[in-house]
Amino acid sequence: METFVFYVFSTILMVAAVAVITVRNAVQAALSLVLVFFTSAALWVLLEAEFLAVTLVVVYVGAVMVLFLFVVMMIDTNTAILREGFTKYLPIGLLVAVVMAAEMLMVVGSQSFGGHALPLPHPASYDNTAELGAVLYTTYVYPFEIASVILLVAIVAAISLTLRRRQGIKRQDPAQQVAVRREDRVRLVQVPTVRDIPLP
Amino acid sequence: MSELIVVIWTVIKILAVELPLLAAVAWLPYAERKIIGYMQIRIGPNRTGPRGWLQPIADAMKLMFKEITIPAQANKFLFLLAPLIGIDAALAAWAVIPFSDTLVLSNTNVGLLYVLAISSMGVYSIIIAGWASNSKYALLGAMRSAAQMVSYEIAMGFALVGVVIGAHSLNLGVIVNAQKGGILDWFCVPMFPLMVIYFISAVAETNRAPFDVTEGESEIVAGFHVEYSGMAFAVFFLAEYANMILVSMLASLLFLGGWLSPFEGIPVIGEPSIFWLLLKVSFFLLLYLWFRATFPRYRYDQIMRLGWKVFIPITIVWLLLIALMVVEGWAWWKV
Repeated sequence: METFVFYVFSTILMVAAVAVITVRNAVQAALSLVLVFFTSAALWVLLEAEFLAVTLVVVYVGAVMVLFLFVVMMIDTNTAILREGFTKYLPIGLLVAVVMAAEMLMVVGSQSFGGHALPLPHPASYDNTAELGAVLYTTYVYPFEIASVILLVAIVAAISLTLRRRQGIKRQDPAQQVAVRREDRVRLVQVPTVRDIPLP
Repeated sequence: MSELIVVIWTVIKILAVELPLLAAVAWLPYAERKIIGYMQIRIGPNRTGPRGWLQPIADAMKLMFKEITIPAQANKFLFLLAPLIGIDAALAAWAVIPFSDTLVLSNTNVGLLYVLAISSMGVYSIIIAGWASNSKYALLGAMRSAAQMVSYEIAMGFALVGVVIGAHSLNLGVIVNAQKGGILDWFCVPMFPLMVIYFISAVAETNRAPFDVTEGESEIVAGFHVEYSGMAFAVFFLAEYANMILVSMLASLLFLGGWLSPFEGIPVIGEPSIFWLLLKVSFFLLLYLWFRATFPRYRYDQIMRLGWKVFIPITIVWLLLIALMVVEGWAWWKV
């Protein structure tokens, strides 16, 4: 049963991953990437890494890809211009591809595939969220904090790079709007409703 | 063979959760029309069946027999996929919702995160619908919705972190049981601002009034579903109402003690029961309808300001307070 589920999800994963780099339309490529993330999260659930799986969906599917799609939909991608320098950039692209493939092979070599006994399934009471939290805030507390500070710096940098103060914007101040009193806006005028019209 | 039985049994359990849910989804619009009608001193639907009770069936028949039109330049596959993603996300989230101590489909330790993750998939249905329709109004609606959902998810997530700190767990059943011991132990007491922010953010997440600029008929006709008709439109509609019920369910589980009774210790009415849960869910659903009858639509920039500059700072401060209470042992509920 588990094997069957595994093969179903990995087939979808592979098809979607190929679609990411082959489809013409940028929006469809981004949506295929969403499918890749989602199915890989499903595979992680099979590995009993449910916290990581759900976090993958929350972070990448729920936030990163939404913003990504946002951008891709707004800009008008002209595929003709994108194709122009294909031969010019091909050598550099191939070089990068070879280097990346070599790096990946070094990290995940043959020792990662087979030869290991599968870890025993944990009892139902095992809570890998709590385990992860305990390790993250004790053994790896410094790397964790440093990583979060780096992320914070990146956030501040991204905002300060894109923040431009334009002159002459008409902006409302909500505090001022809330603080407004009736006397500031309304003037009560006593208008006599009945008046003698002078006869000609 | 035994695996087959497990699969069939699971399907039966899923149906036992989803069928009453779908019935509730069908009659919620009727309740909405009736309640808003009475609030505005009207009668509301009263022609189909006694006092209009069969109105949802008439509506469903009408929608089913209408033609589904697909715009000429639309991306056909994505156009039809979008409503399906919406309803899938709205229904899949119910897998981890507990209805009592034992009545739960999947008692997982990451229940709360799972609901958050699956409900964040719902935004794709709107984005894809907006883009695949090949219409400017639909695209504008989708853009508004995406920005709004991403912004309010942060405040909502922070509000939920408060609950997780208070209960020491992401398991929804454990979270409810952490509130045992009477009405003062419910998380709505120490985390009142978080509850208010959670529910308002949830209203924004589900694109309901007064945060329904995604549909904003005065500006962009009907927003993301402007090109949809017949059953395809109905599925969006169902997803929206299923999400409303889901969000109300979560609010009652997380802040109002779920199935626990407010009169704990008193015989009979002090017993935990699913009726308390349904009562609390109905309360939040009533709030939804009440908001819609009361508030005018928010302006778009004010929505953004409320989310980023008001809610997020409040939640961060309250989160620190809750963390301090738990660490220093000032928490009076069971930690």
